[in-house]
Amino acid sequence: MNAYTGTADEHLDHDHGDHHGPAPGYLRWVTTTNHKDIGTLYLWFSLLMFFIGGAMALIIRAELFQPGLQIVDPHFFNQMTTMHALVMIFGVVMPAFVGLANWMLPMMVGAPDMALPRMNNWSFWILPFAFALMLATLFMEGGGPAAGWTLYPPLSLQGGDSLPFVIFSIHMLGASSIMGAINIIATIMNLRAPGMTYMKMPLFVWTWFITAYLLIAVMPVLAGAVTMLLTDAFFGTSFFNAAGGGDPVMFQHIFWFFGHPEVYILILPAFGLVSEIIPTFSRKPLFGYTSMVYATSSIAFLSFIVWAHHMFTVGMPLVGELFFMFTTMLIAVPTGVKVFNWVSTMWRGAMTFETPMLFALGFVVMFTIGGFSGLMLAMTPIDFQYHDTYFVVAHFHYVLVPGAVFGIIAGVYYWLPKWTGHHYNETLGKWHFWLSTVFVNLLFFPMHFVGLAGMPRRIPDYAVQFADFNAIATLGAFGFGFAQILLLVAVVQSILGGAKATGQVWDGTEITGGLEWTLSSPPPYHSFSPQPVVK
Amino acid sequence: MNPQPSVQSPAAARPAGARSPLRAVPASAGAALWSFLLATPARADWGLNLPRGVSEISREVYDMHMMVLYICIVIGIVVFGAMFISILKHRKSLGVKPATFSHSMTAEVIWTVIPFLILVAMAIPAAKALIKMEDASGHELTVKVTGHQWKWEYEYPGEGIRFFSNLGEASREARALNSGVDPFSVDNYLLEVDNPLVLPVGRKVRFLLTSSDVLHAWWVPDFAVKKDAIPGFIREMWTVIDAPGTYRGQCAELCGKDHGFMPIVVEAVAEDEFAAWVTAEQAAAAAEAGSADREWAFDELMERGQAVYNTACLACHQADGQGIPGVFPALDAGALTLAEHLQTVLNGKPGTAMQAFGAQLSDVDIAAVVTFERNAIGNDTGEALQPMEVKAAR
Repeated sequence: MNAYTGTADEHLDHDHGDHHGPAPGYLRWVTTTNHKDIGTLYLWFSLLMFFIGGAMALIIRAELFQPGLQIVDPHFFNQMTTMHALVMIFGVVMPAFVGLANWMLPMMVGAPDMALPRMNNWSFWILPFAFALMLATLFMEGGGPAAGWTLYPPLSLQGGDSLPFVIFSIHMLGASSIMGAINIIATIMNLRAPGMTYMKMPLFVWTWFITAYLLIAVMPVLAGAVTMLLTDAFFGTSFFNAAGGGDPVMFQHIFWFFGHPEVYILILPAFGLVSEIIPTFSRKPLFGYTSMVYATSSIAFLSFIVWAHHMFTVGMPLVGELFFMFTTMLIAVPTGVKVFNWVSTMWRGAMTFETPMLFALGFVVMFTIGGFSGLMLAMTPIDFQYHDTYFVVAHFHYVLVPGAVFGIIAGVYYWLPKWTGHHYNETLGKWHFWLSTVFVNLLFFPMHFVGLAGMPRRIPDYAVQFADFNAIATLGAFGFGFAQILLLVAVVQSILGGAKATGQVWDGTEITGGLEWTLSSPPPYHSFSPQPVVK
Repeated sequence: MNPQPSVQSPAAARPAGARSPLRAVPASAGAALWSFLLATPARADWGLNLPRGVSEISREVYDMHMMVLYICIVIGIVVFGAMFISILKHRKSLGVKPATFSHSMTAEVIWTVIPFLILVAMAIPAAKALIKMEDASGHELTVKVTGHQWKWEYEYPGEGIRFFSNLGEASREARALNSGVDPFSVDNYLLEVDNPLVLPVGRKVRFLLTSSDVLHAWWVPDFAVKKDAIPGFIREMWTVIDAPGTYRGQCAELCGKDHGFMPIVVEAVAEDEFAAWVTAEQAAAAAEAGSADREWAFDELMERGQAVYNTACLACHQADGQGIPGVFPALDAGALTLAEHLQTVLNGKPGTAMQAFGAQLSDVDIAAVVTFERNAIGNDTGEALQPMEVKAAR
């Protein structure tokens, strides 16, 4: 997705002229400290992992196409569900958001680059090594981790040789995320253009600002939890072993104290993306900017006091169950505010439906469906029926796939012409949207039904009355998976050529503004120097 | 959304042999979708919703589930309706000029307060139901449920009955990778056990739930009862079953390789039938205990051993005794003396999936399975173990 192909000389006659182009040769990508190059690396890495994690999902769905075991044994199946989640969460959604942040935050706040460019390079280059370590376990004797991405003990402690590899990999991923988050906070706090007060920052900047704080708050908690697993497994401690005075449930509390804010880490930047895109294509300013900022902050705050709703069935005291039910239900209020604001932004606008807008609209509808099932899951007495069934699988895939992933794809189409200087192929983009939307619903909607009808999650084989919906879901999975090749084609085409994009790219940006649109497409290597002044 | 028939759980909704409409078609999207459309009249079999269940709590839970679902549908219609009106009418291609408004304090207050009130209205019945569900006082029967990799153990402390409940044999044979057995030909595929839990209707039954190894979760949808089984801790839950019948569920917490293969079957019976069952179980237990004191013939041990191996050992060590490299070791009789073998079976290997079977199996079962393992599945030591020797080694 990198756009910069010019030489330093060509830049001399540019308004923001500078003499520092990228280093020649492949070393450019290893040594780069440029926010656009690093953003590009993050996005390509994320796309590669998307296809790897997607292939794992297709193995899972292929096995579940019919009852009976046809393709993989249950132990390998469990490795696939575990690795699919780890890859998609830590390898796809998080790096994609960091990639978008790297590319866009300096341009949106009027900065020349990220505040800490060398750390930026390091935080990316940790990722491929961390994932090499994690994926390598699949080729070891005994295979990869098979206890689910939540790594609940005691099962995860039975995991054999893969456990330390996965734990060290998670340590590295955490370090990478924390560095990325520090960089984002430092950039936003220090490098905003003169006149850009906090309450003038674009929503994508705001949501990432809040997300970065969440990352710094919870990634160390995850590191602590997995380190305790490590010492339980190899150094004789008993944090999670009742026989030694520990408690397996304590792991779940610590894990989900990380895990619930993590859920918002995976969605808040997507809220930001959609809040940028909908106004542009509605040709109308974002409705309720201030309430959007406060709603995002409230969601972030609430995310720290709802964690135990992931574990209602562990047998908490009644007061605990009531507390976590009430706080969880409360999240519906700020989330609802955001959805109402998006719809009000569209209301009496002059809408057009280019690919980014289609994905953003798909996001609003399908994320809201995931929000509805989330509200149902929040209610403890009925959650006892839903817990650990396919209903939960349907719920979190609705918020993560047509939610977070659609948000990312919308952002990529939205800024692709800015990055490459060429418009992508609009027909191809629309095909990508419609195929994705039809198949993603075919894939995940039937999961609500089998879940309610009693199918537990994480099983490689099932009773025959679940056969029909599972067959449909598998067809949806393959359709959705192969439709994503269109994204790759659209991106590559746009890099190679296509209709020239203006600096403004979309006519709606005239109304909604945004500093990134004042730069040329593709933008200069060092975005803003000197900084613009925001009135 | 019809109430489920009270005597059959939805798990048994499709009779054995009935073919899934999608089953017969090749994996081509077009053909399968066509088949899906043709199959619409059979949709009733598909199981779309929670069961209404057979206890007061399960019906309350079902009604609350439907209430929340309808609330969500209504909100969805309003929100998506407004959005689609915008999409249809407020589009540039119709030549509209965009409005310029960008905030309204009144609107923000309205759509903060109204959802909050709806949530309060939902939270009140939910809290009431929850308080009821967590109150197991006044129970009239106690059953201790212990999760094991990968089977359930049921113990009636008051009645002195204890047994294991394993996946049924027909399902076990059909579930092997490429077994060649059609799951549709198996009665209650994956939802059948050898020894179901038998409970009386109309009595408040308290379950004490724990685990011997990893986390499990005991779940029967028709009772709306689900809780995690946690090693080292005991959790409590309860139900009152209204109607006699067979109710099926599954383990609901990932517990390793065979998580999908440890179903739960509850036979709810009338009070007199339950009393008769208790008496019969107690008599059978006494007979079993007596059989440990006599000398067993080699062939007798081998036959019993095969049966024990299939339910207790096969899941990890596999039918050929070769295990799974790197996960579960092969059973090589040359590597262990008879005494070491017996100790391993009795006490397990802490920190691994190898359980202490001394707490699970009778002296006869252990003698039989050790004898079997040393003389079958690739081993041929000629050594046999007597139940009395097991008793002495405990």
